[in-house]
Amino acid sequence: MSGLGRRLSTFLYRRPRLALSLLLAFPLLGFAVFYLGSLSALVLQSFFHLDGFTGQVVRRLTLATYGDLLTRANLDIVARTVVMAALVTVAAATLAFPLAYSMARYASPRMKALLYLAVLLPLWSSYLVRVYSWKLILAKEGVLGWVIDAVGLGWALERLLALPVIGGPSLSVSPMGTFLAFLYVWLPYMILPVAAALERIPDTLLEASSDLGAHPWTTFRHVTLPLALPGLAAGSIFTFSLTLGDFVVPGTLGNSALFIGQAVLAHQGTAGNVPLAAAFTAVPMAVMGVYLLAVRRLGAFDAL
Amino acid sequence: MSGSVPAVRLTRVSRRFGDVRAVDEVSLDIEDGEFFSMLGPSGSGKTTCLRLIAGFEEPSTGKIELHGVEAAGLPPYERDVNTVFQDYALFPHMSVEENVGYGLMIRRVPRAERERRVQEMLDLVRLPGVGGRRPAQLSGGQRQRVALARALINHPRVLLLDEPLGALDLKLREQMQVELKAIQQRVGITFVYVTHDQEEALAMSDRLAVFCEGRVEQVGTPAEVYERPATAFVADFVGVSNVVVGLLAETLTGSPRPFSIRPEKIRMLEAGAAVPDGQCAVEGRVQDAVYLGSHTRYVIDVERAAPFTVIEQNRDATAMTRPGRAVRLAWSADHHRSLVER
Repeated sequence: MSGLGRRLSTFLYRRPRLALSLLLAFPLLGFAVFYLGSLSALVLQSFFHLDGFTGQVVRRLTLATYGDLLTRANLDIVARTVVMAALVTVAAATLAFPLAYSMARYASPRMKALLYLAVLLPLWSSYLVRVYSWKLILAKEGVLGWVIDAVGLGWALERLLALPVIGGPSLSVSPMGTFLAFLYVWLPYMILPVAAALERIPDTLLEASSDLGAHPWTTFRHVTLPLALPGLAAGSIFTFSLTLGDFVVPGTLGNSALFIGQAVLAHQGTAGNVPLAAAFTAVPMAVMGVYLLAVRRLGAFDAL
Repeated sequence: MSGSVPAVRLTRVSRRFGDVRAVDEVSLDIEDGEFFSMLGPSGSGKTTCLRLIAGFEEPSTGKIELHGVEAAGLPPYERDVNTVFQDYALFPHMSVEENVGYGLMIRRVPRAERERRVQEMLDLVRLPGVGGRRPAQLSGGQRQRVALARALINHPRVLLLDEPLGALDLKLREQMQVELKAIQQRVGITFVYVTHDQEEALAMSDRLAVFCEGRVEQVGTPAEVYERPATAFVADFVGVSNVVVGLLAETLTGSPRPFSIRPEKIRMLEAGAAVPDGQCAVEGRVQDAVYLGSHTRYVIDVERAAPFTVIEQNRDATAMTRPGRAVRLAWSADHHRSLVER
């Protein structure tokens, strides 16, 4: 056995490309069949159309479904989701950056391990449980409302909830609640890549900048931020795309206004309109494609 | 030079990290316009000393003055001092031109003047035509030159160099030593040069300070430090020395005070050969002979003392003495350097 094993090892050692192909064969096959296969099936479906009379899907290529997508109500869903995703991304980046910065540059090794653990810990528990607990926290008689009342800021909350568009009867059934829950569930996906990018910046680069006359803020603008951009880009891809496709958070919190994920769920389920569901899914893909191009244009990947 | 205000003056400067005294009561005057080296093994405090002058660290005790002005509390960006880092610390997301022009950009120098001065600097360090490239696309030697240009463009009054040639191969290093020295003379800026390479320090410096365990052992010109080492550490670290102590020292000089003798000052003779009057002589046996091209280094076992190192020029191709041969070592007592005991 050892003779054959050794010969095989030697054979593969001398042919690294063959060894690599063997290693990649199964993952690539899975990727091609399950991922690309289902994706092309999805795109294909979006070019079919639902016959309104028979309720049957007509398997003939047409742009009629995309025409349906462009109705006022559906465009509202798209706009609502994209705006929410953008807000969540900006808020997550704003919250994550200082935290990631202190984790990467100031924390002692022990503290750093603790902070990473704290960031990752929520991901160990069920996502559904965490979303439902936010529903309880934000409910009218919930913990947050109770604390706000206790510190005498109940009136401010009332004012906030009375605002049009973002307001509602309580935090848990207003778009603000949806926003808070989104921000909470996707924040770790922003912190981790940003911290990784910041950690890769050598101290001497910051020292060199200040040595050449740059004040801390100037150093941040010209050295730290550009070098952290790939991390911010990676994090924003997570937060943005995860928000675009999610249906649990807006289904649990917020008002009855639909998000893309919920629309997809509804159309492919009870309504039986798989083509329209597929067309809806094409929206996040297109948005993400445009977003990635824009981010690359801004030079976010130059420092990679 | 004396009489004028020194470019850098350290007065009893110490820097502690926890219990470790990285820099211990160092006092130094570095004159304006001189090429000053801080020489020492790794961990001897020379780099910390440089970082104290740059402002990246603050001294635990003691005073640092730059051109007569107390530097305490001044952050690096308010000191008229620039640094060439050991790892060059070039900004990876900027082109060579942007790197070199960084200091001018920070100072809001207009674009046209900035571009002109960047080109001048790139010409000075002999790097024309690479301005558009990224640091990652350059060789080690080229990056070193970019780092130098970036630090010099602000016309600092003092330039600090932290082992800038450490990562280069021997040939390039020797070439850069000559160029650095020429650039320093051309721009007339005070250079403070940290190195662990004694040959480099001797070749380039106007004066040098030898560091050991956070303290300065000796300050002087290369010739002074080499010819008249003040301590056994300096004698051993700067070049190679035979440090003679105890009984043998007493037998040879009549005093137990330790002294050093350079290997190239010793002649190696046949055992029992006649030695001129007034010369010291020691009997020994060749333990090891290392052929080094232009010369051969011998290690000679001597009774009641540490082995001697002797260097002989290879004038004849076959003159190497084999290990095991009995020899007689002879030298003039004029070459003895008495050492301070520590």
